[in-house]
Amino acid sequence: MQGDNILKIENLFIEGYYEEQWNTIVDNVSLNLKRGEVLGLIGESGAGKSTIGLAAMGYARQGCRLASGSIKLEGQELMGADDETLRALRGAKIAYVAQSAAASFNPFHKIIRQYAESPVQHGIMGYEEAEREAIEIYRRLFLPDPEKIGFRYPHELSGGQLQRAMVAMAMACEPEIIVFDEPTTALDVTTQIEVLAAVKEITRKMNKAALYITHDLAVVAQVAHRIMVLKGGKLVEEGEARSLIKNPREKYTRDLLSVRTLREEKSLTEDMDTILRVKGVEASYTGKERVLEDINLTVKRGRTVAVVGESGSGKSTLAKVITGILPPLKGTISFFGNDLSADLASRDRDALRRLQMIYQMPDTALNPRQTVRTTIGRPLEFYFGIRGQEAEERIRGLLTKIKLDPDSYIDRMTTDLSGGEKQRICIARALAAEPDLIICDEVTSALDQLVGEGILTLLQDLQNEMNISYLFITHDLATVKAIADKIIIMLEGRIVEQGEKKQILAPPYHEYTDKLLASVPEMDTEWLDKLLAERASSYLETVPN
Amino acid sequence: MFALLKKSPISARIGFAIVLLNVLVAIFAPLVAPYGETSVVGNVWESFSDEFLLGTDHLGRDLMTRMIYGARNTIALAFVTTALSFILGVSLGFVAATKGGWTDQFFSRIIDIVMAFPTLIFALMILSVMGATIPVLIFTIAILDSTRVYRLSRAVAMDIEVLDFVEAARLRGEGLWWIMRHEILPNAMPPLVAEFGLRFCFVFLFIASLSFLGLGLQPPLADWGGMVRENAGAITFGIYVPLIPAAAIAFLTVGVNLIVDWFLHLSSGLHE
Repeated sequence: MQGDNILKIENLFIEGYYEEQWNTIVDNVSLNLKRGEVLGLIGESGAGKSTIGLAAMGYARQGCRLASGSIKLEGQELMGADDETLRALRGAKIAYVAQSAAASFNPFHKIIRQYAESPVQHGIMGYEEAEREAIEIYRRLFLPDPEKIGFRYPHELSGGQLQRAMVAMAMACEPEIIVFDEPTTALDVTTQIEVLAAVKEITRKMNKAALYITHDLAVVAQVAHRIMVLKGGKLVEEGEARSLIKNPREKYTRDLLSVRTLREEKSLTEDMDTILRVKGVEASYTGKERVLEDINLTVKRGRTVAVVGESGSGKSTLAKVITGILPPLKGTISFFGNDLSADLASRDRDALRRLQMIYQMPDTALNPRQTVRTTIGRPLEFYFGIRGQEAEERIRGLLTKIKLDPDSYIDRMTTDLSGGEKQRICIARALAAEPDLIICDEVTSALDQLVGEGILTLLQDLQNEMNISYLFITHDLATVKAIADKIIIMLEGRIVEQGEKKQILAPPYHEYTDKLLASVPEMDTEWLDKLLAERASSYLETVPN
Repeated sequence: MFALLKKSPISARIGFAIVLLNVLVAIFAPLVAPYGETSVVGNVWESFSDEFLLGTDHLGRDLMTRMIYGARNTIALAFVTTALSFILGVSLGFVAATKGGWTDQFFSRIIDIVMAFPTLIFALMILSVMGATIPVLIFTIAILDSTRVYRLSRAVAMDIEVLDFVEAARLRGEGLWWIMRHEILPNAMPPLVAEFGLRFCFVFLFIASLSFLGLGLQPPLADWGGMVRENAGAITFGIYVPLIPAAAIAFLTVGVNLIVDWFLHLSSGLHE
């Protein structure tokens, strides 16, 4: 089915303006995309993948410019083309699917109206016809209730449904190429599959060409024919998907591919110190609907308990209840044998000190107007009254511990750090309090894979050294496999299963655990097809005739 | 500060020059003014001359001298009033946003009540009961102005309050005051400073309108708003006198806002 080159980018250089000069952010990248082909662009943030994706539409973000090279869409040069020409092409010949569908839809218009906007604007079809087409595409992308779903508002759809509606919208003008920019990154593993299936439907069955941008090799392996690995704006390696995953040539690709190694097993025995015990906890935000019901769990000294579940399963609420931000309706939380008072204000300073928290988004977890010194120094001063020279030494010691060079980091503003560095500072801030338990709320999910692994390794080393316990909240089963001693699986505010890792992650599986495990993409190009075939057949079995 | 000034754009430097000039003149008023503040030295509404650089006002006082003393009264009054309204409005607004619940309801409804009165009428009422002395004037305007500041700072603080670093400070056990001072205030500075620039100028105008009704600064004290009013009649005879204090107000307003713009540019991190 693959034919002529539909998109041809040659020697593309893109520059970004920062630190008061133009810097190269995409460095001499060339690519060809044939009709019906899916090309995966993969790399960490800052690799220039999105910039290239947008450049394929002749667009450069604010503060960026297409410096040199050539971008040919069906033989037409986009480099230096005027706005009028580009506008006619965008949407009609090449469409874009953004990472966050929720942020890309206008909340005040119905989904289908937003779908119809583009084809009507481009004069391809009338409104009524566009509506009919939309319903057809919704059906093909497996959206539930395709006749009616379009007449809902964006907030009435789930994240995965919105993302598929967004994919449908990109198809509205029947473009030749679709640029998918991390379309599943913000989704749970189980909803990710729905979107991947939709992407596959479009590219395989409707024979559209696509650029698929992601940082997750396992995801791209499911949809792409060819993969380009990028780093720092440069091409690292390019190849046919299957062979690139089987035999990566470059070390960087191998690092991305390396299966996360399980750490050494630690034993969990009954006689170990239990430091945290949550008993019969129920919680609610409104006072009526329960967000958490009958939660019982324990955390032992020096061990890691992972709480796993999809978004909305109540795992972050659990962290709020334990830390005292949301007092529970029922139940008790005891810490070192003493009951913690339900609300934050009446807990004593020592209990607060021993229970620290690390957040999902390092960008918002650090005050942007503080230096690294103030950020780490404050808990030292607050809990231990350490100031001046002694504090300075402690801060430097902590920075060394989190593997950042004290001399170059201590005076930096927190905004001048990368995501991984920020997360390390958050860890240092928690460590400064000399805690016994750290609650980690999705600490790696906002970070790139390799950076996230660095954080996990650091946390592991710290645990081995200082015997800290972690309550690790995550939706990522790969992380769980890598770090947990004990696993708690949550669904709709309840614990469906809990136990030691080897017991949970070995057959026989609990029904829901099995679904979660099966939804994690594997480094196998056939995985999605197999899974979809399996689900389809099991669906047929359950429906008579 | 000096290094920062060196890198500042030309607009900000002009702003600084204007404000500095005004402040210096205000501070050294008795030294630079050619005559006494209230002494009558010539005829009514005389034109420019070597003797009277800007001519004379409706009572035959030297306009230049009045302008210089006027700078002193106007700027000091506006500055103290605005500062006071910000201290009041920002601290109440931050407390309301961080505490939430009943505290927020209580403050917000009281502010609503105060805002429900037209400001000028409210000020007239208080001033006529309490007497139009300078402290009463300052407090009245500060309280009325602080309602707007409260609204703004509460809204800004609400946005900051939900961020994780504030939650982190709470979990650490930090008190209300520390959270407001160290976590919220630094991040709320840009909009607050912009508002300060605006409010500072509005105070001139407010005092001017009060003076117009006879309840502002009392004669023979010189203030720019009052001078516009006193000499307003001259404009019908084609005499420029009221335009000079009016121009001074505009001039200072522009100066202050040039500095504010630059500060916003610096703190917003938008360098394009």
